Amino acid sequence: MKEEIIIAGFGGQGVLSMGKILAYSGIMQDQEVTWMPSYGPEMRGGTANVTVILSDKPISSPILNKFDTAVILNQQSMDKFEGAVKPGGLLIYDPNGITRFPERKDITICSIAAAEESALLGNAKAFNMIVLGAYLKMKPIVSMENVIKGLKKSIPERHHHLIPMNEKAIEIGMEKVQVL
Amino acid sequence: MAEKILMKGNEAIARAAIHCGCDGYFGYPITPQSEVMETLMEEMPWETTGMVVLQAESETSSINMLYGGASCGKRVMTSSSSPGISLMCEGISYLAGAELPCLVVNVVRGGPGLGTIQPGQGDYFQMVKGGGHGDYKCIVLAPASAQDMYDFVSKAFDLAFKYRTPAIILSDGVIGQMMEKVEMSEQKPRWTDEEIKKNSPWACTGKTNDRKQNIITSLALDAAVHEKLNERLQAKYKKMEEEDVLFDSYMTEDAEHLLVAYGSMSRICQSVVETARENGIKLGLLRPITLFPFANKEIDRLVPQLKSIMSVELSAGQMVEDVRLVVNGRIPVNFYGRLGGIVPSPEEVYEAFVKSIK
Repeated sequence: MKEEIIIAGFGGQGVLSMGKILAYSGIMQDQEVTWMPSYGPEMRGGTANVTVILSDKPISSPILNKFDTAVILNQQSMDKFEGAVKPGGLLIYDPNGITRFPERKDITICSIAAAEESALLGNAKAFNMIVLGAYLKMKPIVSMENVIKGLKKSIPERHHHLIPMNEKAIEIGMEKVQVL
Repeated sequence: MAEKILMKGNEAIARAAIHCGCDGYFGYPITPQSEVMETLMEEMPWETTGMVVLQAESETSSINMLYGGASCGKRVMTSSSSPGISLMCEGISYLAGAELPCLVVNVVRGGPGLGTIQPGQGDYFQMVKGGGHGDYKCIVLAPASAQDMYDFVSKAFDLAFKYRTPAIILSDGVIGQMMEKVEMSEQKPRWTDEEIKKNSPWACTGKTNDRKQNIITSLALDAAVHEKLNERLQAKYKKMEEEDVLFDSYMTEDAEHLLVAYGSMSRICQSVVETARENGIKLGLLRPITLFPFANKEIDRLVPQLKSIMSVELSAGQMVEDVRLVVNGRIPVNFYGRLGGIVPSPEEVYEAFVKSIK
């Protein structure tokens, strides 16, 4: 198994931490992983993206220009990465703030209203976990058990009381994702 | 087996420094390596192993703190990125001249000048050929993963002390910023004062009546004395070339064409080799791990079976000169590189390779 993912959005949406949780979940099931962020001026406000690879075999290039899955959380990233999904691949996006919707016919396209759902939940920070849930529903490459283990590893212990809330957010994402 | 932790290459450098019993880190922040000192500050090793972590007022200052620490036989290190390393080059020359072991980590970004904070490999000449003045060389190790970043710290210290010379870890923004899983070693204690005296009898540890004073200097006004020092340095560099060349080969046994790449580019080139093999082209990869001493003998051994070599770098063509020196015109040596912080995809490199052999 090898899954190559790009997660792209605004700085502050939790793009990098979502990638980190996914990568840690992969380690929990004994896979090889790489997590390669864009660390440029993007980090200082603006677009942020991270490439995550999970694989049963050692990973050669951590830098890619084609992906199995693109998780797209703003218009700039849609413009940049819609074309970077491999034919037959998956594109998940949050329609919030999207002005030009994806047009590819050769890939699976899904939407998750994560901004809206996290507002309903009264917790804007649940946003990225809702998106993660949507992704895992479409591609159950890691088990929920390993995601929770990954969460425990990637967030400081003082925040571990938030894990049930994160778990709930993942479940909401799994439930609300729509295949278009 | 030890637990595997997800961490950035920069973080791995910091943790490895603590675990291998480093005595002191002196640095100044610069992207893309700031996580080295950040991690050390979070870990607070001064409360556990007694390792000193100090933010100096500048890079010039940190490298001279290394000179002081190394003179006393301590295992000391610094890290920086390209512009900061330029500031340190005078100090590195003095350390090499005074035969002092230490570790300098360069997480390279694009240059010249202030350049960009994105990855680069344009510091090859600076690190491998000297950088500072005079006839000196440093041992240069080029990691290609977060695990390498971890493992090479201890290895670099060992080599630095074996030869009494500065060792360099030449990394780049990709390897520094990328997270991968890392398996860590057990904590080793720092050397005691007795161990320092035993391991480094040349160090300034306080003169006792049973020995002459130790003098640490790179200055010799007597030309005959100074030539002797230079000859000793050159003999060391020759010994390194005989004993401590490291490289990795990927599908080179039956290769008709060869890519040569180090650090992050070697990872990308591994994917290129996979694509070429799928398309029936017998391509292999040589990844130099030590850039000095360089894998001259291995390249020389491979030349008779090869039709061409391509050096792939995030530079305008630096390591390719060393490859050409070995090949000496026997087969074509091509080059592909990107500049300014752009990292090419495997597809882009593959296309360039295919074009180069047509």
